Amino acid sequence: MSEHVGLRGRAWFQTLTGKNEPLAGDPGSVLASNSLLGNETSLFLCVVPNTESRFPCVRDGQVGLEEAYTLATRVREVMVKDRDKPKPEKRPIIAIVDVKSQAYGRREETAGIFLAAATSADAYASARMAGHPVISLVAGHAFSGGFLTHGYQANRILAFDDAGVVIHAMHKEAAARITRRSVAELERLGHEIAPMSYDVKDYAKLGLLYKLLHVENPLQPTASEVEIVKQGLIEAVQDARSGLTDLSNRLESDAAKQTRKASIAVRAMLEAQWRKS
Amino acid sequence: MSTAENFPAFVNRKSFIELDGRARARSLFDEGTAKELVGPFDRVQSPWLPLQGVTPQADDGCIVIKGKIGGLPAVVVSLEGAFQGGSIGEVSGAKMTAALDLATRDSETGKKTAAVLLLETGGVRLQEANLGLAAIAEVISSILALRRHAPVITVVAGAVGCFGGMSLAAGVSSYVIMTKEARLGLNGPEVIEQESGIDEFDASDRALIWAIHGGEQRVGIGEADALVEDDAEKITSAIRGYVQAGPPSEHRSEQVKLNRDRIAALDTSKQIDPISLRKRWNGNDTTGGAR
Repeated sequence: MSEHVGLRGRAWFQTLTGKNEPLAGDPGSVLASNSLLGNETSLFLCVVPNTESRFPCVRDGQVGLEEAYTLATRVREVMVKDRDKPKPEKRPIIAIVDVKSQAYGRREETAGIFLAAATSADAYASARMAGHPVISLVAGHAFSGGFLTHGYQANRILAFDDAGVVIHAMHKEAAARITRRSVAELERLGHEIAPMSYDVKDYAKLGLLYKLLHVENPLQPTASEVEIVKQGLIEAVQDARSGLTDLSNRLESDAAKQTRKASIAVRAMLEAQWRKS
Repeated sequence: MSTAENFPAFVNRKSFIELDGRARARSLFDEGTAKELVGPFDRVQSPWLPLQGVTPQADDGCIVIKGKIGGLPAVVVSLEGAFQGGSIGEVSGAKMTAALDLATRDSETGKKTAAVLLLETGGVRLQEANLGLAAIAEVISSILALRRHAPVITVVAGAVGCFGGMSLAAGVSSYVIMTKEARLGLNGPEVIEQESGIDEFDASDRALIWAIHGGEQRVGIGEADALVEDDAEKITSAIRGYVQAGPPSEHRSEQVKLNRDRIAALDTSKQIDPISLRKRWNGNDTTGGAR
């Protein structure tokens, strides 16, 4: 990994909103802005590294207690504001994702980071179920509990398609240790077994993505690339509005029908037996 | 005098922890109502484990049983901690999500159906990595959809505990029941020691682990609801109570301001003392778990 986690997130937050500062009262690690996407005000959210954080274990861009509760606060705020609007007018929520992981710290465990993460996931999912289009743009890393907290409840997920994008449950060294393999073996298996791969093109085979986007240099996008990304987000918003507010679309793509056959089969079988019981 | 005469209630109780995942699930139902769905004889197993030379299991370590608890419709989803550490793979995750979604559909059409999740799990099954993580995101979403209609009750009894992404499933549940032996947290001690060093967390310090992740502490700081003795009858009775009660008016994971303020008030210049946190956060009564 040659570039630092979080730089892409910040770069794209800045590109899409024109802002680069947290809102008053928020920690330096959460950027939030109600800005225009096309002609519609949307809430943009991004978690970035804050080397000054009072929690030592989040300083490299991990998602910790303050990050999770701040995300939840900002999401719930727009839910309240838009409460009386009809579904097609509820504002989009755009999560820009470039997170190293959840915070691995004792302070975090003591205070209950599991609940903080759950509270953020709850807010995102509740917004989605209320009719807000929730869109994730994976610009860099999307790891494990960090992604569950920030981005994985979206009803449409977009990602850049270059080698700087990694979506996974655990980083290579740790995953190798826990599954008692060498990193080389893990990499070899990743090429054969799509869900284990660290390559976003293999991730796309799982059918969970709405779209892959290509940007030559994600840290310095050209004006036309920015337009393509904006257009991609706008289309995702429209697509989300035309569909259901649950996550069922993740099993409906052609890729999902191939790779997640077992999931689809289990659901059908359980439903048939449920009816008879 | 024998031990049994000294401590008759403790010795004669039926331990819940000692039961396997299937027996735990069955023990919760009203007699004659339990029916397992997509059981081991349906042989729906992980398609990914055999490709890696790992032996799969015919139920993928996830047991789904539908029936009645205290006279009310309910589905129990139990993770078998003895198979791959109770980890969530594609199939076990899909079973859990499907069961929750069917309970939601029944609830929406007038037949309120509670869900009980018996969680003994380290989270994502790393051999199915991204499909496990995706499945957990879907489980969380499906819990949130159901709990608007009927309660979702998580039980962490021990001995695996509930860690990783599945700790978020506990976090969004309507109620969480734990024993003193159970642990609940996002990152297990070994993972923290490995990622942040032994000074951050000494994973061999069992007293420290239980002081932070243990059932008594989680209930004590209000992050779980009930501390129950390791006794199948008492656990069943606590579950019945919550099935009867229905969902709470506000779920714990909706209390953003309360929790954000609590975090803001923490002194992070040093590690946080678990016991003083109990006093400050006014958690729940923990006498229920006393023997």
